[in-house]
This record gives sequence, structure tokens and C-alpha cells, in this order.
Amino acid sequence: MSEITLDPYVSRYATRARGMGASEIRALFAVASRPEVVSLAGGMPYTAALDYDAVAEVTDAVVREHGPSALQYGGGQGMPALRARLVEVMAAEETAAHPDDVVVTTGGQQALDLLGKLFCDPGDIVLAEGPSYVGALGAFSAYQARVLHVDMDADGLIPEAVEDRLTQVRAAGRTVKFLYTVPTHQNPAGVSLSVTRRLALAELARRHDLLVVEDNPYGLLDFKGEVRPSLRSLAPEHVVYVGTLSKIFSPGIRVGWLSAPGPIRDKLVLLKETADLCQSNLTQFVAERWLGTQPWQAQVAAFRELYRERCEAMLSEMAAELPSSCTWSVPTGGFFVWLRLPPALDAGEMLAKAIRARVAYVPGSAFHADGQGTGEVRLSFCLPPPERIREGVRRLAEVLREEVELVEAVYRGRG
Amino acid sequence: MTYDVAVLAGGLSLERDVSLRSGRRVAEALGGLGHRVTQLDLDEHLVTTLSRGGFDVVFLTLHGRAGEDGTIQGLLELLEVPYTGPDSVASALAWDKSVMKGQWRRNGLPTPDWVRVTSTAVRDMGASAALDRVLARLGEPLVVKPGQGGAALGVRLVDSADDLARALIAAFSYHDVVLAERHVAGTEVAVSVVDGEALPPVEIVPKEGAYDFVARYTHGATEFFAPARLPAAALRRCQQVALDAYALAGCRHLTRADLIVDASGTPWLLELDTCPGMTETSLLPVAAQARGWSFEELCERVVGLAVAGPSG
Repeated sequence: MSEITLDPYVSRYATRARGMGASEIRALFAVASRPEVVSLAGGMPYTAALDYDAVAEVTDAVVREHGPSALQYGGGQGMPALRARLVEVMAAEETAAHPDDVVVTTGGQQALDLLGKLFCDPGDIVLAEGPSYVGALGAFSAYQARVLHVDMDADGLIPEAVEDRLTQVRAAGRTVKFLYTVPTHQNPAGVSLSVTRRLALAELARRHDLLVVEDNPYGLLDFKGEVRPSLRSLAPEHVVYVGTLSKIFSPGIRVGWLSAPGPIRDKLVLLKETADLCQSNLTQFVAERWLGTQPWQAQVAAFRELYRERCEAMLSEMAAELPSSCTWSVPTGGFFVWLRLPPALDAGEMLAKAIRARVAYVPGSAFHADGQGTGEVRLSFCLPPPERIREGVRRLAEVLREEVELVEAVYRGRG
Repeated sequence: MTYDVAVLAGGLSLERDVSLRSGRRVAEALGGLGHRVTQLDLDEHLVTTLSRGGFDVVFLTLHGRAGEDGTIQGLLELLEVPYTGPDSVASALAWDKSVMKGQWRRNGLPTPDWVRVTSTAVRDMGASAALDRVLARLGEPLVVKPGQGGAALGVRLVDSADDLARALIAAFSYHDVVLAERHVAGTEVAVSVVDGEALPPVEIVPKEGAYDFVARYTHGATEFFAPARLPAAALRRCQQVALDAYALAGCRHLTRADLIVDASGTPWLLELDTCPGMTETSLLPVAAQARGWSFEELCERVVGLAVAGPSG
């Protein structure tokens, strides 16, 4: 008799890594990446819209003119010249910042990881919208933080609900380490925090000494070009701002950043150095040159128009095709529509059927830390062209009609 | 002898991810043995590729629909390209779980009682009014699984009428025919058969809960014992039942039978897999290891069987 252990390292893993493993949903997504399937699942920007000659020129010039330093280590906080450019990007949304307060990170995702590392001990409480960005939930849970969700509606996070949660947690003798929020064109709910609520939330942060992590990947992608005041601009001492070039230039160059109050920034620089010494100098140079020499704002305007058109294709097809018992958010920017399924339908259980019908989405439960969201779905309109989006929605509608019929039949007999 | 081998993996089935992992591993092993290996995915040019490719043999590591239901096997028979695993008829038979179970029962092989539920019966004939009878007949808990497909996708353990309704809806997501099956408590065992020889039975012990998708494909989530920790007589019975199932379906080259051995030592047949997984966490490679074959030897042996032809 012999015992066979396929993972001889299993007893060595830290507690935080033990829950990580294979997932049925992730396996299903392996099919979703095939060209036959219309994927309304991923949140990948349409990088094919970029001017590749311009990108090539920029990259070429960087290597020729700055080769030795572009291929060298850099400082932990990021290139000063790039930080100055990132401050200009923030200024496009009327958010003041100083290059000294900026820390460059490997995409916005590393910023979230560093914040989890900085603030979260096992069991610590973090507040987040329900639903919330799945990558943030993953980053915080890797540090064994416990995410408590706060209700939102068509105007975004409800400040009274934040206050209720805070009071509850504090009454139980616990502290909330921070509130994580995507106030503008939220992922996945596709809604934006109203200006009134931004003011209320900033006031609440000051009154309750609440730290807010404001994640803003989609702020510049408002279909009408509307700019909303950032929380960072309203309560700078209580807000850590996370930005990224992923949605306005390229996710492939992995450039994100943090803008934080001084003491937090100092800690973040140290943590960044521990994590990977420094950001890639090569891509920092490319990003700096892109922002400094190319009409990046015109590119953002082009992205905006492209996504507006795709969103419109999705919404009009949904209105024409989906069962009347479905409801959904109407985005004014960003990448996502949040769909509520007819009663008793389970988006996770239905995913296999959808993929068999050659359409993919992300089940709503992925965006909740507490198992909620089973009757909801995130649809993204960023990557496929409008005709494919329409085709995908038609396929989804057919799956939904069948599923509604089936679920009714199963429960009808059960009385 | 070295050969030109096409390893076929991927496809559009819901087990695509598992299949790619199997295929990659087999391709590496065969390449290491000096064979000229080409990895192929399923696409609309496949027939042309295979016709022109000059392959001596196709190694199938496709799991799920089209790869395991006899489709690709039938195509390869038409193209007269030798391939690994059971032929198109045996594959189609084993692929349909309720047909296969019916054959086992008719031929006296032990398989847990089951009820076949189709979405047509539920939608058009009011079959959900009879769900209480399903519970009454099979008892609780019971297992609900799609009538086709593997990797435990869509499989649920049910212990109430409400659970049964939910589990049926989930399983119908994978296939329009669903099996509700009596749950047999006991030791989970897999018996692989290679060229008519039953390998040592492998005992499966998930560390938490059931041997579901997560337990199957997460390194270290499941412990295996090979041979299974059962009395010698029970081990022999497991091997005999696996060989009977192999013969009954008319299989060749390699299969894997999934069984549960109850307290009395009876091995109950659950499924016959005609294209067993070859990933790092799969059962056939574990059994081969217990038999004293490395993964490379296993792959080499299977290629040899396929090249030798139908009579080999």
C-alpha cells in the first residue's frame, strides 16, 4: 500500500494560500476564449484601436535615446518624469496631485495588493460596494481581510448604508481598515456615484475618520466626457487614489499608480520595493513618452466614442431580446452592464448552458465576498465589435428564455 | 521505433481546460521519447490537417463532447488514421451514462439504481410532479449528474426535494438528460485498464467534502492510495468489474472505471471513461505509477497499441 501525494509541498503553504485552487467556473472560461464563443465576460480594453505605428515610434525612440537607463533598475517610487505626467492625467479629471505623492505600480492591481499588505491583518474588516471589483476582493482576501459589502443603487454607493455598516462594526468593537470603492462607471455594476453622494461620502470620511480607497480606472471613459469630482479632490487626507493607464492606453504596459497622503505614500514606496524593487523602467519610459509626445487625450476621446457605440449596441439588443423580467443598469461610461436575471435563475449554474450556446458572461457571485449575487450577471461591451455584441446578447436571450421555462416547469410541479 | 504523433487536445467541450493540460503532458512525454509530436486543437481545418499531416498515429486527449462521444473516433476511422483509445462505437456507448448503466444492469454488473430525467419530460410532460417518487425510490442523499460529460462538472449531492429541484436545473445546464442516482456510501476507487490488464485500483480520498471538480484538479486537495486500502478479495473484485465493463462496451487500449466499494465489499460501477485524464492529478497516470510504469512508459505503451492496429 502506498500513499500518493500529488502536491508534496501542501503542508508548507501559508494559511492564506490554502483556499486557492481549481475552479469550475475558471475551467468553463477556457472555452469562452475560443473564437466561436462571444465573450461578454472579460473586461479587456479594445487595444486594436491604438495607433501601432505611433506606439512603435515611441518605443523605438525610448530604446534608442534612453537605452542604458530604460534597461536599468529604477527607483522604488517610479520615474519622476512619468509621475509628473500621471499628475497631468489626474488633472484631466480635475484632481490635484503632486508628483511627490505618486507611487507607480504594476497596474492598478498591484496598488490594491500593496494596500492590502499595508493595512490588512487576518480578520480585518474592509468595506466595499456590493457588488465590487473581483480583483480587489482577491487582493484583500489574499491578506485574509474580511470584506463586508455596502448596498448601492443607480446613484452608486449609499452613504447612509456606509454609515450603518461603520456603526455596526464599531459597536461590535471592531475597526474598519478602509472603504474600497470604484465611484465612477463602477466595475461591475456600471453605475456612478452622484455628486451629492460624493460630497456626503467625503464629509462622512472626515466625520468618522474613515479611510477611503478610490479606484478610478474608468473615470475618463464617460460617454459624454462628463467629469465628476474625485473623492481624493474632496477629502485628500482621507483618500488613497488608484489610477491606471490600462483603460486609456494599454494594460500590456502595466502602469498604474497610487496617490496618497504623505505617511501612507512613504510606506507604499517601501512595500513596492519589497515586492519588486521597482517598476519596469522600459514601460515607464514608454508611458512617459506616450503621454508627453502623443495626442493621448484624443485617443481617450476615440476610445470613449467606440465604447459608447458598443454600449448602445448592447443596450438596444438587450431591450429588444431579453425576457421582460430582466432588469439592468444603464451605464454612462466604462465597460459594463449589470444584469439582474428573472427570479429563481442562478447565473453560476446557468453558465455551462450559456457557453454551450456560445456566449459567456461572469456570474454575479464572483463580485461578492459573501455568496450574494447569484441572480446577477456582468456583461462587458468593451472588446467585441457591435455586431458580435448583438449576436452574443441574442444567444444569451435564447438561453434565458429556455432557462425561465425550465425553472418554471421544475417549480410548478413542486407546488 | 519513433513515430509522427498528433496529440489532439482542447476542443470546444466544457472540459477544454483539463484536456489541454492532458495534451500538453502527453506531448512532452512523447517528445522526450524521441517521437515527432504535433499538438492539434479542434477546428474547421482538422480533417485537412490530419489528411495531409502524414501522422502515424493520433493520441487523443480530448475530454467531453466531440472528443469522447465517438465523433472524433468516427472521423479518424473514416480517414484511416490509427488513434488511441476505444473505437467510435465503444466511445458512443460509454459516453451515454444511462445507456451504459442499462447495459451493466442487464449483464449483471452492479451499478446503483437511477432515474433518467430529461428536460423535455420536465418542460412538456410535467415530470417535476414526480420528483417525490425519485426521492422515494432512490432515498436520500442521492447524486444528480448530467447524462453526459465528465470531470464531475454539474454533479451535486442532494438530500431534500428543494435541493433536487436546484440540482436538476444545474445539471440541465450541462446536458438535457440528467441522472438521479442512488448514493452509495463507501470507498471511492478508480480502476484503469490498459490493453485488457487491470492496473492497481486507486483509492480516492478528498481532504474536504466530495471528489468534485475542485478536489480533482487542485494539487493536494485529494489523497490517492494505490493500491486502494481494501482487502485483497475486494481489490480483485474491483479489477474484475472494470475488466467486465471494458469488455462489455467493446473497449481497447485504455479506459478508466469509477467505482464505489460499499461496506460489504461490492464494487458499484458509476462510470466508464474512454478517454481518461492524463494531467498531473489524474487517476490513470497514478495507477500506472503503482503498476511500475512511468508516465512516459504509459504513453509509449498506448502509442504502440494504436500503431499495432485493431488486431494488436
